[in-house]
Amino acid sequence: MAGADIEWALAWIRDSAAVVTEHREELIDLDRAIGDGDHGENLHRGFTAVLGKLDAAEPATVGDVLKLVATTLMSTVGGAAGPLYGTAFLRGAKAADAAELDAAGVAAVLAAGVEGIVARGKAEVGDKTMVDAWTPAAAAAQQVADGGGSAAEALRAAADAARAGAESTDPLVAHKGRASYLGERAIGHRDPGAESSALLLEAAAAAAGV
Amino acid sequence: MATALVLVSHSAQLAAGLLEVASQMAPEVAIRAAGGTEDGRVGTSFDLVQQAVEAALADGADGVVLLTDLGSATLTAESVLEMLDDDRVRLADAPFVEASVAAAVAAQGGDDVDAVLAAAWTAIDAFSSSRAPEPSGSAEPGSAAEAAGEDAAGDEAAATRSLVLTNALGLHARPAAIVARKVSEFDAQVTINGVDAASVLALMALGLTGGAELELSASGAQADGALEALAAEIESGFGED
Repeated sequence: MAGADIEWALAWIRDSAAVVTEHREELIDLDRAIGDGDHGENLHRGFTAVLGKLDAAEPATVGDVLKLVATTLMSTVGGAAGPLYGTAFLRGAKAADAAELDAAGVAAVLAAGVEGIVARGKAEVGDKTMVDAWTPAAAAAQQVADGGGSAAEALRAAADAARAGAESTDPLVAHKGRASYLGERAIGHRDPGAESSALLLEAAAAAAGV
Repeated sequence: MATALVLVSHSAQLAAGLLEVASQMAPEVAIRAAGGTEDGRVGTSFDLVQQAVEAALADGADGVVLLTDLGSATLTAESVLEMLDDDRVRLADAPFVEASVAAAVAAQGGDDVDAVLAAAWTAIDAFSSSRAPEPSGSAEPGSAAEAAGEDAAGDEAAATRSLVLTNALGLHARPAAIVARKVSEFDAQVTINGVDAASVLALMALGLTGGAELELSASGAQADGALEALAAEIESGFGED
């Protein structure tokens, strides 16, 4: 199995578009419960726009793919998700200036993504946001890299950690975003940004064949 | 130094409305609205904000200050700043209306981007909890600008003048801006009814309408000149009615 190369990146993003479309209603429902109800719609619109641009693109690096995703999402995804995902992909792109990433490269991209989300949204783990999915994902990928694993293994570890992180948001009270106005009414509801993050990172692993 | 403003809002109407108000107070400042999404829905558009900033710079602004309404508008503005990576472009994450108005008045006075940004940030103090009504109903309004006013007037030989507002609407937005700009032209510290007359927000917070009495107090090298100039504006009803 090859590393995380341009073919992988393109497959990941195409699969992500399919995944957010498939889960659009679910994400809308999650966001309706504790937000303003547009997360699924926003991501669907954003990734549909990304698909349109991918066809015309000629990326020379994984970073080129991620940067295209960043600028497109920033322009087309409303709410907080646009700037947050946009900045995650933008910072990730800077760490992906290669035609192929190994496990350390994958870990660096995820770490840069987390840094971008935190810089923009200023959330911490436990605030019931996408940070609760991304932070453990980045840590898991780094562990695989430190242990000499492959890029694919790093992606799988990241996906599993993101899924667990998203589930960990269920019992929490929110400290950021619209949900933070709900107090204890947010308890028992999954954070939509954490859920979509888990879906995207699971698509990344699936695109690597794991 | 020409500092331009970009008003970022979830609503095109809200941004346009605030532009209207701020332009009335600062007629020569380049202010652009970037509200709503590109297809006219509620939300913020990275592209609209970026285009507004780039247009301002292309038109010759030396600096651009962004003002935002809520939450994700601030995130979008920050994302544009990150992408542009140009330190002539800044953001004040302060109450939208108050910060925009304070920034516009500062820009009208020819302030550079740092000074306009600082003026925008003063909006954070425009409301303080001591202004919330107390059960006794005898609470005095308190604000940073009022404290500054007390410091500015000082104890010693301040020149004073008592006047009455002759225009029906009194010290509303446009006259408050005229007063604040006029004060900034003089080497003097001026208070009106105890608040800093250089602060457009503090003046508006007085809520004074036509017929209200004004107590002006000025100190500094050009105190008399400042009082004369302000008296002329006030007695002419700021050119209204």
